[in-house]
This record gives sequence, structure tokens and C-alpha cells, in this order.
Amino acid sequence: MDDRLDAAKAGDRRALARLLSSIENGELRFSEPHSEDSGWKILALTGPPGVGKSCLLDRLLHEWVDHGHRVAVLAVDPSSPRSGGALLGDRVRMSVVDDDNKKNSVYVRSVATRKTSGSVPLVVRDMAFCLLHVGWDKVVIETVGAGQSEVRCAAVADRIVLIEGPARGDGVQAEKAGLLELADAVIVNKSDLDGAQRHANELRESLHLGHEDAPEVLLVSALHGDGIAEASSMLLNLEQSTRASRARWRERLLSHHERLLLEHPEFDSLLSKIEEGLMSFDDAYAQLRNGNE
Amino acid sequence: MDQPLRIVIAKPGLDGHDRGAKVVARALRDAGHEVIYTGLRRTPEQIIETVRDEDAILLGLSSLSGAHGHLFPRICETLREHNMGDVIVFGGGIIPEDDCPPLYEAGVRAIFGPGTTSQEMVDFIATAVQRDDAGVGHGAGWYWNPSN
Repeated sequence: MDDRLDAAKAGDRRALARLLSSIENGELRFSEPHSEDSGWKILALTGPPGVGKSCLLDRLLHEWVDHGHRVAVLAVDPSSPRSGGALLGDRVRMSVVDDDNKKNSVYVRSVATRKTSGSVPLVVRDMAFCLLHVGWDKVVIETVGAGQSEVRCAAVADRIVLIEGPARGDGVQAEKAGLLELADAVIVNKSDLDGAQRHANELRESLHLGHEDAPEVLLVSALHGDGIAEASSMLLNLEQSTRASRARWRERLLSHHERLLLEHPEFDSLLSKIEEGLMSFDDAYAQLRNGNE
Repeated sequence: MDQPLRIVIAKPGLDGHDRGAKVVARALRDAGHEVIYTGLRRTPEQIIETVRDEDAILLGLSSLSGAHGHLFPRICETLREHNMGDVIVFGGGIIPEDDCPPLYEAGVRAIFGPGTTSQEMVDFIATAVQRDDAGVGHGAGWYWNPSN
């Protein structure tokens, strides 16, 4: 493992990819590397399916690499709860990895959610630490297309950016509780389509009601590039909002608990026993909890 | 299966027909594997970089344009040059029977034409990952032949 770590630090991408697989398979852990720099290290891009998270991220990567940053991406897609398999397709949108002048400053890794619930498995945090450890400046986590109450990304990232799009419902949707309350910034994509400006206005109104440090709401078009330069520099300098620190810690506690249960060696066999009626749910749960104490 | 296998499904060259590649990707997903699809018109270098960065152990190449005789061996050779000889390469698409022997020579371990069942591909993968001579680095040698 030390050999692989040294090789990864020296720029061997295959060694890095193998290290990340070991973390994903639960064989290896990484803790948060020490940093002097006050800016963010791990940013989550989240939002509903189809709002253009991958396309927007591709645009942002082009900008950030032009400004001299080295950025790694962990692109999360869902695993099938039935087969355990996954189709990981975020990479298709990443033109930056095909650009000969930029590809050495970008690393893209697709990650399946595997057994975890929610939009980001907790191992992604260790994977991000590993990437920082071997010399990447920043890590962006692109979550699974997430619904209103999907706030698990707060457990893994320093900053949360919510991507929205037009035709996402009327003004009442913007008033609803959930992900919107945790975001450090909101970007409304597809400004080239009708309704994007109106949706951005509704979000701004909603966010400014009652909060001093409301997150900024920007309007962009990842398709045409409008607003991308502004979004890129705003995100680079993004501060963590103070509104949601309790909620962030709450998510971190919950996801650690889930990880403990999932990593219990008997998890799969207990699950089968419940399914086959050989064990009651309460007994199985008690055994899972006892195993960790 | 302990951990899902990571498999890249790629479309090399100037070929816009990806229905087959998508069906294969879907079938392998349903068999419990993690499939990374590259999208259309990739160069051999782009495909190899994807396999490297994604830590895939298998690479499936789809070609319906007639360029398989050039592209598949080139990809096998580039994998070996990049010290990635443990990657297992298989192919599919419209590939005439006479074209298969040189591809096997180059290190491709299976060629799946029209009419192949998903189960056969799944069986090939299960067999190939158990063998220690299936990586492209072993050159000519074993290949999948369901009839024997």
C-alpha cells in the first residue's frame, strides 16, 4: 500500500485508481489531510436528475484548469438495489478529459452508491481525502440526481452547491424545506430555456426571507457557456454558510452510523435471515448494533 | 460475488451505432457489474485512459464499422505498452468469422456477434476473471469458445 501511495503521489494514475478501489472495497481508510489553505477542498454538486450537473461541471473544470487548479472528480451514480450493478455514465459528458492540454490536470472517477442509501456513499469522503493526500488541489463530488430531502452530501463535503433548472414547479416548490436550506450556493442552469429566470427569482426571494447570509443564486447556461465564468470564480471563493452547521454534523453522524451497520460482517447474512423469516427484524437489528459496541 | 467487477464498454473509431453497446452495458449492469460507458467515437488512447482512471479490469469494445481489424489490436498493444497487461479485452459487433483469428492473436479473449445471449457474456466474464492467463498481456492463447 505504501508503494501504491508513493506511486500515486508521483503521478501514477493507475496506482491512484487502485488505491481508490481499495477504499471503495473497504480495505483501506484515509483521514483528512492537514491543509494550510483556507479555501474549500471538497465541494458537492447536487440537484435533481437532468438539470445538467455533469455538463455544468465539465464547463467549470475547463475554467478551473485554465486558472491553474488541479481538480479531481468523484461522479456518483446509483447502484441497482436488485442486482447490485450500476451503469456509470457521467464520464460521457466530461469533454475536459479529452482535451490534451487539460487532461493532466483533471482526474475523473465514477463511483457507484453500492449498498448505501442516499446520494453519496460515505466512502466517498475517504476517497476524496486520498485524492487530496496524493496532491490534487480540490475534489468535486457530483452526487446522484437528488430529491428535495436528499441532504446526505452534507456529510462528505465542505461546500454544497445546488444545481436547479427551469420548469421545476411553481413558487411554492422554492419555499419547501430540505436541500435548499443546506446549500452554500445555488446555480440555475439552462438559462437558455423559458422559465429559468423566473425560477432563479423565486429561489432568491425564498432564500432571502428570514436569513441574513442567504446563498447566492446564479443563472447559467452550461449548453452555451453564458454565466460560466462568473459561476466559476464565485464557486472558487465560496465560503461555508453558517446557517446549516448543525444539520451538517447531523448528517455526518447519521452516515457514520449507517456505515457501521453496513460494514458489519454479518450484515448480508442477517438480511437474508430476515427475508427468509428465520429471524425477527428486531433481533437482527440488535445483533447488528451489538457487533459495533 | 464479493465486489462488483468494473467494466468499461467503449466505442472506438468513427462508428455511431451504439444500440448494441448500450444493450451490453445494461445486461452487465443487471448481472451485478459496474459498467462505465465511454460514449461514441473514442480514440484508443482515450479508451485506455478511461480504463486506467476507472480501474476497470475488463474492457469491452464494440464496432460495427469494419475497423475492428485495425482498432482492436491497436488497443491491445497500447494496453501492453502502458503496463496494463492484466486488463481482459473482449469485443463485439459486426465482425466476420474470418476476422476473428487475428483478433484472438492480438489478445482479444472473446468476440460476440449478433444473436449472442447476455448469459453467454456473463459466463465468459465469470470464466475469464478466474483464469490467470486472460489478461491482454498474455498475448495469443486462451479465448472463449462456447462450443468446446
